[in-house]
Amino acid sequence: MSDTTRQRDISSGAPAGGRAQASASLSPVAFGLRLLNFGPLLILALLVVVFSVLTPNFLKPGNLSNILAQTAVIAIVAMGQQLVILTRGIDLSVGANLALATVVGGLVFRATDGSGFVVITAMLLAGTAVGLVNGLVFVFGRLPHPFIMTLATLSICRGLALQFSINNTTMRGMPDAVLFLGETSALGVPNSFYVVLGMALIVLVMTKSMVWGRWTYAVGGNPKAAVEMGISVKWVLVSTYAFAGLCAGIGAVVLSGRTGAGSPLYGTLLELDTIAAVIIGGASFLGGRGHIGHALIGALMIGVIRNALNLLNVGVFYQMIAIGVIIVVAVEADVMRSYLEGRARNQAARAQ
Amino acid sequence: MNAAAVPALSVRDAHKRFGAVHALKGVSLDAYRGQVLALLGDNGAGKSTLVRCISGVHALDEGEILLDGEAVALSTPAQARRAGIETVYQDLALFDNLTPAQNFYCGREISFPRWLPRPLRFLNARAMDQEAASVIDRLKVKLPKFDAPVALMSGGQRQAIAVARATVFARNVVILDEPTAALGLRESRKVLDLVHQLRDEGNAVILITHNMEHVIELADRAVVLRQGHKVGELKPERANQHELVSLIVGAEA
Ligand SMILES: Nc1ncnc2c1ncn2[C@@H]1O[C@H](COP(=O)(O)OP(=O)(O)O)[C@@H](O)[C@H]1O
Ligand SMILES: [Mg+2]
Repeated sequence: MSDTTRQRDISSGAPAGGRAQASASLSPVAFGLRLLNFGPLLILALLVVVFSVLTPNFLKPGNLSNILAQTAVIAIVAMGQQLVILTRGIDLSVGANLALATVVGGLVFRATDGSGFVVITAMLLAGTAVGLVNGLVFVFGRLPHPFIMTLATLSICRGLALQFSINNTTMRGMPDAVLFLGETSALGVPNSFYVVLGMALIVLVMTKSMVWGRWTYAVGGNPKAAVEMGISVKWVLVSTYAFAGLCAGIGAVVLSGRTGAGSPLYGTLLELDTIAAVIIGGASFLGGRGHIGHALIGALMIGVIRNALNLLNVGVFYQMIAIGVIIVVAVEADVMRSYLEGRARNQAARAQ
Repeated sequence: MNAAAVPALSVRDAHKRFGAVHALKGVSLDAYRGQVLALLGDNGAGKSTLVRCISGVHALDEGEILLDGEAVALSTPAQARRAGIETVYQDLALFDNLTPAQNFYCGREISFPRWLPRPLRFLNARAMDQEAASVIDRLKVKLPKFDAPVALMSGGQRQAIAVARATVFARNVVILDEPTAALGLRESRKVLDLVHQLRDEGNAVILITHNMEHVIELADRAVVLRQGHKVGELKPERANQHELVSLIVGAEA
């Protein structure tokens, strides 16, 4: 993350690397860009303050731990979604993919009767396989956009999960290892939070320190140029969708652990939650810009809003409306940022 | 100027079709080390298409490309780059979301450990930053913020970055597709200096431009395309400037 934050500081004209740019940091354009970059974090902080004033229960350790547990699945799957959106794509299948993976896990648990390792591996493989199919058909089937492909796998995965789950519904029972990851707490924090933390670190290294990550930014920034610079754009895309599938598989493990079950009904509308998390977290819907922090902040925002509105006894329909409004604000902020960058560019030209 | 007998790059009877559009209709040319070859033609003549075929972006439908007299298959841009062909594309091929240094090395990052497949390697960001900074310095390109994404830079700065990127890696053939199109006088001068330098370093340079002054000043030879055909090849001089222009626009000389 450090890399991008550094870029972003500079792009907003803030002092960077000890090199102060006094004139730039005072200009309203630079100030606006900077504000937009920190906007999601500010809004999250604001929400926390407002909710803790409105309802005293909000800041209690038990409730905070609750929020983390409720946010974990969205956060995990949103990390994959963020990478897909970074490359100018979208993955509508993550929710159904997750449901299918929990069903696969449940079935494997019954068939093999026990081993946590086997069940977890099966869930991760199921998720990755679906992501791989998404990527391969999208890229090598020359589809114009991943929207249709992942819409198709959404339907296929949900159908498979319903068809093959026992009695076409929730199946109780998960191995201890899965329960440990999803249900248990350590140091007052749910274990699923540590899963999120571990994944975030891995994704951070992959995207900021590895060539693969640089290439995902290149593909998102300018796919045509990426081809011209000799990057195998096709395999970057395939691996990105496969990774998004893996994230859905990890999300499946955590959710199965929390509920002690596998179910074809899990993950409904999770694709929308994860897309919303990425966008309201501050990543660009047009690709090329965003990092793991955006996905995490966005997921946390959704978790906080849902939790607090629950505590305040606000109906679930109003929660949907609230999140929808925030999405509009976030997308508008993205548009605003492009506009301000254009202004900054003109200033650079005139300054020459 | 000591042009070797064998051209660094030869294109033989190149054909390229895009559906119904026959963009190249049997074009041949030779580019020699230490020389500048001007590639001229009106808009839509097929110049960029030829460039993109040489750079491995498009595959030729017919014809062949030879490097140092040997037929080569340049089926991907990575292959062309490995063969020492550097291209400044007409649209610059820059990544707005990356810094100049990241743009420089995109697709061939300095990375370790070497035994891993490239995508799985770790970036050596410091080496790339230093290397890019020294190049930018050497070329006297003025960038206000070296570590800002290029989205925030002016047209001239962006063009300078694209040209500088090609000059770093130039080993054999350098192609510049309208590199001065967006530039003012002073910036154009800088790019032309770079073209000089690339030539003096022993590269075969192919320069596409609409500016006849630049052609006469820089080019050792000029190849003219019209509607996908090669319609002439001559040594551009002040004396035959009119002939050159009429070849380009297709008027009777
Ligand atoms: N990718 C493409 N698909 C279809 N037609 C193309 C493509 N690239 C170029 N063309 C066509 O090929 C012809 C030559 O274009 P181009 O090589 O760009 O000309 P120039 O660079 O000389 O202006 C034009 O008619 C153009 O429309
Ligand atoms: Mg052109």
